[in-house]
Amino acid sequence: MTEMENQFPIVQVMDGDGHIVDASYHLTESFIKEMYSKMLRARTLDKKSVNLQRQGRIGTYAPFEGQEAAQVGSASALEEGDWMFPTYRDHAATLTFGHSVSTIMLYWKGRVEGCVPPEGKNIFPPAVPIATQLPHATGAALAEKRKGTDRVAIAYFGDGATSEGDFHEGLNFASVFKAPVVFFNQNNGYAISVPIEKQMNSKTIAQKGLAYDMDAIRVDGNDVLAVYFETQKAIEKARNGEGPTLIEAVTWRYGAHTTADDPSKYRNQELSLEKRDKIDPLLRLERYMKKQGFWDDAWKDQVAKECDLEIEQAVEEMENFPEPDVNDLFDHVFKEPTWTIKKQKEAYLSQKRGETV
Amino acid sequence: MTTKAMTEVKTNKLTLVQAVTDGMRTMLSEHDDILVLGEDVGQNGGVFRATEGLVHEFGEDRIIDTPLAEAGIIGTSIGLAINGFRPIAEMQFLGFVYPAYEQIMTHASRIRSRTMSKFSVPMVIRAPYGGGIRAPEIHSDSVEALFTHMPGIKVVVPSNPYDAKGLLIAAIEDPDPVLFMEPMRSYRAFKSDVPEGKYTVEIGKAATLAEGDDVTVIAWGNMVSVAQKAVEEMTKQGVSCELLDLRTLYPLDRETIVASVKKTGRVVICHEAPETGGVGNDVMALINDEAFLYLRAPMSKVAGFDTPFPFFALEEEYLPTPSRVSHAIKEAVTF
Repeated sequence: MTEMENQFPIVQVMDGDGHIVDASYHLTESFIKEMYSKMLRARTLDKKSVNLQRQGRIGTYAPFEGQEAAQVGSASALEEGDWMFPTYRDHAATLTFGHSVSTIMLYWKGRVEGCVPPEGKNIFPPAVPIATQLPHATGAALAEKRKGTDRVAIAYFGDGATSEGDFHEGLNFASVFKAPVVFFNQNNGYAISVPIEKQMNSKTIAQKGLAYDMDAIRVDGNDVLAVYFETQKAIEKARNGEGPTLIEAVTWRYGAHTTADDPSKYRNQELSLEKRDKIDPLLRLERYMKKQGFWDDAWKDQVAKECDLEIEQAVEEMENFPEPDVNDLFDHVFKEPTWTIKKQKEAYLSQKRGETV
Repeated sequence: MTTKAMTEVKTNKLTLVQAVTDGMRTMLSEHDDILVLGEDVGQNGGVFRATEGLVHEFGEDRIIDTPLAEAGIIGTSIGLAINGFRPIAEMQFLGFVYPAYEQIMTHASRIRSRTMSKFSVPMVIRAPYGGGIRAPEIHSDSVEALFTHMPGIKVVVPSNPYDAKGLLIAAIEDPDPVLFMEPMRSYRAFKSDVPEGKYTVEIGKAATLAEGDDVTVIAWGNMVSVAQKAVEEMTKQGVSCELLDLRTLYPLDRETIVASVKKTGRVVICHEAPETGGVGNDVMALINDEAFLYLRAPMSKVAGFDTPFPFFALEEEYLPTPSRVSHAIKEAVTF
């Protein structure tokens, strides 16, 4: 272990075998079951989406399987009214925080409606340009601070994002202005194909917080309990006006970067199989529940059935969603369309209708 | 503004940069949701003194000295804008906007579109631009076309104090992002009457500074005074020139441009940005679409060269001059 790895040890509440390693939390059966159900719901969505892509029913998709604990645990610590700034791989987080399954699927079906959160849910559209959402989270958090609320913002980003300038600018601004924001990093070890050793010479991402005099912590991103409790602490701190926190959740993406990517080109996928067995977020919770004596196959089957049903219904909803309206292409560029947009729209639509000029 | 109103409203003789400050002050004192962010905008009052005194009037919470990071300034402003505030973000020079270009292109300008108007970014980006003040490298860039080409943002550029204040207030009131370009060379070139209090100059409307029948000369920002000198000279030589100050580069003032060209049939466009891909091309395309049969001579441009803006020892060679514009006018009327 290097000095930094010692300074930022990976915090666990539960190890891969489902043993509690930190007994300071009160864990209820209902809370554990809630976390498990949320993760299973997310995993069901993810698996279904990969299949839908393979069948040509949605476009390219970015799977998150393996990262459910990091996303579900952190998103569960938020409250209504808080702000979420996700990337394109954070559907477990957006699902947990309030997006519907069909909205998420619509996004991958190439529909702009997939970016629109339900009323009252402050979920920003997924950031596609890497790390650009970090300054947004800082700004939205500052807005809450200025309004005098205790709301916070959370920004999701990966290990590769820490190389971008916007990572630095987002964290630096947040630190200078003491913005109530949580920077939630999912270190899954790879930025598409580039392993973290080639991404940075630093041994942890948490240590980057030192540069901003910002509290930083490294958690086991596959331990939903550690993620939940540590995020909750960071959020409470932000709500109390004590500024931002950087959380590094160490995790692993089992599959490809996207459905257009082949991970076997750059890593031995046997590793993913090993991790599935050793550190899987759902499996370890199952092991814990079995030890506690409240695992019940019938309960699990029931939850799985409910997830399947919800996802199937969402697929139906997505596939029966009204056809895209070409007017939407033109009508949301500005509040009032400019004359060039009006002219282009009229010309195109009249041509489409077969009208001669 | 009507003559009657002019007599009722007190006016002050202000420079362009003072009018910018006055515009911000007017809006800041009326609306708590307006914030100013940028490098050196607080205690220092901006490197051009555009925010002079504002921090004392409105406090450090609203006139915010930011870290030196353009993407951070714009990115943070986007977060503020989607969450209830109206930030005025200053780029110290337009030539320093490049680190923020990604934030403007991928987020500020398209958040309304990609969320079907659920979120919007009512933000003004103020940026001094243009050559002629012997500034160091990069400081003189005039890259309006990088933004007129960008869907979802409006681009305005005043050439005088009255328009500066009125356009800035219109930009602040606009529900969408506006790039407000400030012609550095004209910052303190002259003073003119600027009404106290709030008034707007409508975005998308050009000003006809001189009426004439033989040729339409089109310019904006710093180049308005250059074109004006050429127009004065050619008028003396008997050419009847119409001079348009575009004031807004996106969306262009279709009616004014087209009506003028239908009258004169000749067009000379003057801009200091490089010729290829410049806004002059869009003006020409508009005229081609709507007034082609009225043209009596090929349209021409007097523009910056397709070179980086030079080190200032050569900037007078690069920048359009009244004599180059006069020459183009002569060529148009003698075609």
